[in-house]
Amino acid sequence: MRRPILEIKNLNAGVEGKQILNGVSLTIHPGEAHAIMGPNGSGKSTLAAILAGRNGYIVTSGEVLFDGTNLLELSPEERARRGLFLAFQYPVEIPGVNSTYFLRVALNEVRKYRGLPELDAMEFLEFVKDKVKLLELNDQLLKRSVNEGFSGGEKKRNEIFQMAVLEPRLAVLDETDSGLDIDALRVVANGVNSLRRPDNAQLLITHYQRLLEYVVPDHVHVLVGGRIVLSGDRKLALELEETGYDRFVKAQQAQP
Amino acid sequence: MTDTSETIAGLVRQAYKYGFYTDVETESAPPGLNDDIIRLISAKKREPAWLTEWRLKAYRYWTSMQPPTWAKITHAPINFQEITYYVAPKTVAAGPKSLDQVDPKLLETYEKLGVPLRERERLAGVAVDAVFDSVSVGTTFRKQLAAKGIIFCSMSEAVQEHPELVRRYLGTVVPFTDNFYAALNSAVFSDGSFCYVPKGVRCPMELSTYFRINAAKSGQFERTLIIADEGAYVSYLEGCTAPMRDENQLHAAVVELIALEGAEIKYSTVQNWYPGDEQGRGGIYNFVTKRGLCKGRNSKISWTQVETGSAITWKYPSCILQGDNSIGEFYSVALTTNYQQADTGTKMLHIGRNTRSTIISKGISAGHGQNSYRGLVKIVASAVNARNFTRCDSLLIGDKCGAHTFPHIEVHNNSACVEHEATTSKIGEDQIFYCNQRGISTQDAVNMIVNGFCKEVFRELPMEFAVEAQRLLGVSLEGSVG
Repeated sequence: MRRPILEIKNLNAGVEGKQILNGVSLTIHPGEAHAIMGPNGSGKSTLAAILAGRNGYIVTSGEVLFDGTNLLELSPEERARRGLFLAFQYPVEIPGVNSTYFLRVALNEVRKYRGLPELDAMEFLEFVKDKVKLLELNDQLLKRSVNEGFSGGEKKRNEIFQMAVLEPRLAVLDETDSGLDIDALRVVANGVNSLRRPDNAQLLITHYQRLLEYVVPDHVHVLVGGRIVLSGDRKLALELEETGYDRFVKAQQAQP
Repeated sequence: MTDTSETIAGLVRQAYKYGFYTDVETESAPPGLNDDIIRLISAKKREPAWLTEWRLKAYRYWTSMQPPTWAKITHAPINFQEITYYVAPKTVAAGPKSLDQVDPKLLETYEKLGVPLRERERLAGVAVDAVFDSVSVGTTFRKQLAAKGIIFCSMSEAVQEHPELVRRYLGTVVPFTDNFYAALNSAVFSDGSFCYVPKGVRCPMELSTYFRINAAKSGQFERTLIIADEGAYVSYLEGCTAPMRDENQLHAAVVELIALEGAEIKYSTVQNWYPGDEQGRGGIYNFVTKRGLCKGRNSKISWTQVETGSAITWKYPSCILQGDNSIGEFYSVALTTNYQQADTGTKMLHIGRNTRSTIISKGISAGHGQNSYRGLVKIVASAVNARNFTRCDSLLIGDKCGAHTFPHIEVHNNSACVEHEATTSKIGEDQIFYCNQRGISTQDAVNMIVNGFCKEVFRELPMEFAVEAQRLLGVSLEGSVG
């Protein structure tokens, strides 16, 4: 069996004394797409934040291995350079910093890590041409500052565009479907699907199963109260759509 | 994990690379200020009587004045009797000589600062006047400039060789009665640069002065005078550094620019005086008066400044738009970190018809830095159809710094159109994290954001200085893509 890309072992974590994740375990192998579903406040975004290394989260116990390396010891930028990508739920605007320039710097950081030569401005434009088409991105957006004045849908599309350019080993998509109309959702999903390869993996974090109609996961996990309470295949997502999370939440609350 | 805001603040705090001291033999006046000291300075420079008298008048006027207190800066009172007003390296004190006779230590100093003066190593396309403490060490490319009729030399030489020009223009834009530090400068100025570009001549290279304070407990009081005759053009650069010391040192310069009909002067500064240490000890007090007179029709004066050094910066490069259709511009980046204070901005005085001015000010505050923009746009009754656009942006890094804006607008003519825009923003942890998540280090992310913020100003700098400014802010300029 091949070595997993990501191994989360009994992860307990939270913010400022508040425990949010209560023993999460999850293993993702190359070529797999996993979905984590759950109600608001179940710890989905916390999990994404901890994987990416956001400040202010405290891991109290457990372990996370990324390609066999202790992920939690790495700085956020080192994780990114090793191929961990987070598509943000709320991508921030960075006024004054040109989108194309930003992404070229990011790509060159990744390429440096991979031992590839850096791309200059012309080579970069050539490199991204197809990916701009893939995401049906208005190339005017790339001339603007990072995410500045982008619509909600454009921001999300831009995230997946960045993912296409950076070719991560593991992409974590945090509620990428939220706030997207059906056309934008289709474009984003199409992008995500086309980036699936035998040597990479995807972790889709979502509240609804809407995205999963377009991006078909191999495994679906239900996260409630900071625990994975149920895992299954794609059918689980459809089931959840009908029954909702109530039964899990109640079961959770019933626990001592 | 470390606190991100502290990390960010730490990154803006770059080690000062120019803090070394050059051990050269000097001759200096005793500390303190009185008629005799002024006569001594004037005699050292073999000045004509009218100039000695002018200095003495300025000195007497100064003794009747109080230091200004209106700026948003705080410092202990300065004891003007403790300062040494004249220090010169022995090898150049006797008057300008060829560079071969200059103490090699001095030439090495400028090499270390990245300003080689020796013939074969000179910066291509930039003529340099190097001022060390109170005197000019040497001026490069003079012959090439003289061939076009351009005079570029130290102020001391100008007084000897072109007294009529100096006498006609000195103090006409900044009279010694202007303010406390201008009066002090007029009394004790020791050197500086002088430039005259004759009618219709476009100066073929950048002219620059590199100011270096070396001696302890001395002040530097240079005086720069630039005259662009009808239809002339000149681009002038100014750079400054000083050794690291625990005491504060005073730098009170005066710069006067005069643009006659159709002339254009572009004046750029990268100011990197020693800013003091992390606790706010030491550093230069940079109290400077800079003003340009657009005297003739269709003339233009453009100030660009990148202020990263000094413990305190107090300066307002201004334009008097006297000629019809004249244009004044002010582009500024001021960075304050640690305990630095900056109160800087400009005055645009519209007198002629159809005069236009543009003010772009970018203040960056980090650490405990305090950064104020202070500006005056004044449109007098005669200024028909005057236009001003002002944009004033502040960027905060961390939560212990401050940004302040004091714009003054006075309009006495109804045909005027005056616009003022202002923003304040903060480099957010979210922005840094977003960059980190894309593989970009916090250092690079801050540089990228700061640089993006300053883009409009950097664009105005001549290439050589844009590179210097970029290095100073520890940033890489954004590519031309997009």
